[in-house]
Amino acid sequence: MSRAAVKRSISVQTQVGVVLIAGVLAVLPFVLGMAGQSWVRILNFALLYVMLALGLNIVVGFAGLLDLGYIAFYAVGAYTWALLASPHFGLHLPFWMILPISVLLACACGALLGAPTLKLRGDYLAIVTLGFGEIIRIFLNNLNAPVNITNGPQGLNRVDSFQVGEFVFGRSQTLLGIRFTGPEKYYYLLLGLTLLIILICVRLQNSRIGRAWEAIREDDIAAKAMGINTRNIKLLAFTIGASFGGLAGALFASMQGFVSPESFSLTESISVLCMVVLGGMGHIPGVILGALILAVLPEFLRAAVVPLQLMLFGKVVLDPEGIRMLLFGLAMVCVMLFRPAGLWPSSARKRELSCVEKAGTA
Amino acid sequence: MEIFIQQLINGITLGSVYALVALGYTMVYGIIGLINFAHGDVVMIGAMMVTMIATTLVGSDPSMSAFAVLGLGLLVSMPLCMAVGWTAERVAYRPLRRAPRLAALITAIGVSIILQNVAMMVWGRNYLNFPQVWMPHIFDLGGARMSSLQITIVVTAAIIMGGLLAIVHKTRLGTAMRATAQNREVAGLMGVNINTVISAAFLIGSALAAVAGMMVTTYYGISQYTMGFMLGLKAFTAAVLGGIGNLMGAMAGGLLLGIIESLGAGYIGDLTGGFLGSHYQDVFAFVVLVMMLIFRPSGLLGERVGDRA
Repeated sequence: MSRAAVKRSISVQTQVGVVLIAGVLAVLPFVLGMAGQSWVRILNFALLYVMLALGLNIVVGFAGLLDLGYIAFYAVGAYTWALLASPHFGLHLPFWMILPISVLLACACGALLGAPTLKLRGDYLAIVTLGFGEIIRIFLNNLNAPVNITNGPQGLNRVDSFQVGEFVFGRSQTLLGIRFTGPEKYYYLLLGLTLLIILICVRLQNSRIGRAWEAIREDDIAAKAMGINTRNIKLLAFTIGASFGGLAGALFASMQGFVSPESFSLTESISVLCMVVLGGMGHIPGVILGALILAVLPEFLRAAVVPLQLMLFGKVVLDPEGIRMLLFGLAMVCVMLFRPAGLWPSSARKRELSCVEKAGTA
Repeated sequence: MEIFIQQLINGITLGSVYALVALGYTMVYGIIGLINFAHGDVVMIGAMMVTMIATTLVGSDPSMSAFAVLGLGLLVSMPLCMAVGWTAERVAYRPLRRAPRLAALITAIGVSIILQNVAMMVWGRNYLNFPQVWMPHIFDLGGARMSSLQITIVVTAAIIMGGLLAIVHKTRLGTAMRATAQNREVAGLMGVNINTVISAAFLIGSALAAVAGMMVTTYYGISQYTMGFMLGLKAFTAAVLGGIGNLMGAMAGGLLLGIIESLGAGYIGDLTGGFLGSHYQDVFAFVVLVMMLIFRPSGLLGERVGDRA
């Protein structure tokens, strides 16, 4: 069957579904905006997490390489934007220069970290990337003396927001008679870029490279024997994943207007990993679902846990942040024990991970 | 020269602690091939528990001797750590023993996060101060200072490691452990109870972790729920440095890493012309780890190849 024929065979139901989802996505910020702009902001962060989770999914889900320092690339992107578009160095470059620089820098970091370490077996790689994430944070924290580059733990503030000509994403503006607030504009920007990333992911997964990743994930040595240049293909997964992280980071800095090393702790890396694991490693819709659930969950916890405790004990005994991380940890263990392919698994991954007969590898 | 000797003394002290923790990683890794991410957090739990008990004891009777306080603390913290380690293996790792590696690793990270956050809920976010029970006697070594606490840490660690080597090489359990590490299936066919051996490895490792936790909190005087992460990362580095799966290697790697770190932190300012200061101490372990993994993944004393699939 030719490709055109495949496209034509999409059912009416699917088409209606796509139109419906598109409609919901288009009006969502206005509906949520009625409840308050903070909800639109939460939605924006959820989209950022979707980007991050999709980036990490390429590394962990597609290629099967456990990266525990993924947030480092996010940090690189965010700091690149913050340094090139803030009063700190007095630089205010336009977005079309900073975005590519952020992405390329994150890519370069991915390659720098990946080149020496990717030949290592999986669990060593996990430890090395874990260390890398921490190192980046230590440097961000301490590179304020003797030359002040990152402004240390205080972070950088008054970062420029995204701006296309006169169209500033940070402010409210009226367009075609509709008043758009800052977060609403960011929502459409993020939505567009997220869709782009989803498209890239889908196309990659079904490409030669995607199949090579899958082969490496299932059996490194067999993949090598089949003529796949495993080192380069792994490096490609690493750099592509890193570039998504860099892009998300740059957008984070522009949206937040403020970056500090605190935003890039190990906890964040683990959160993103948890999104990928919970949703279903290697399955794009699953990962998106996982990211959305775990990005919105803390807000519900904040809204529910604190008043509940005040009501029961008269004071806050357990703070929502701790409960959130505890739930993340439990989710990781439980998913691996009871549903190793995630909440919404892909068929191939399910087959692979539920294969109990597979001989122990040690 | 005084600085050199001083940093060497500090390094050896620190290194003894790393070595004790590294043994826990290396034993588990040698037998089931899993990096037990939660091991650093078991150390943390030991440290927090000892601190809590010491604070209570000193609060009720300030005249209590240091040995009594620490001994009672260890009496509680060691069984607790062993229980935590054993439970983690039983609940989270054992069902995944035949699953792909990635699954077990992710579970281990999950266990680590659970332990950290439970500790945070129990003991709070703030640093806990260890009460001043030990008034160390300071010896002067040509300008460098060495405290009785440091000597005690090093000697205790040495005795424990000697004991562990004796267990592994002289007892039936030790023979069974070595057999399991070499080939789990064949050891099982020879009548070794694999589950018992693996549980024993976790129990012994966690007991060592409890001692290490007590040492850390007495030495630095503070403990916090996140302390296990860096400590674990460094101890794992020590294990890799010496050759993971190799007990002697873990000890040597621990000492060496402690010394590298102390000397590095002492001299980095001079070496970089003041650009990088001693707060980059944590970076050394990572650099050592990457270098080792790239150039000699089997470690200094390791016989195992690093890329064994």
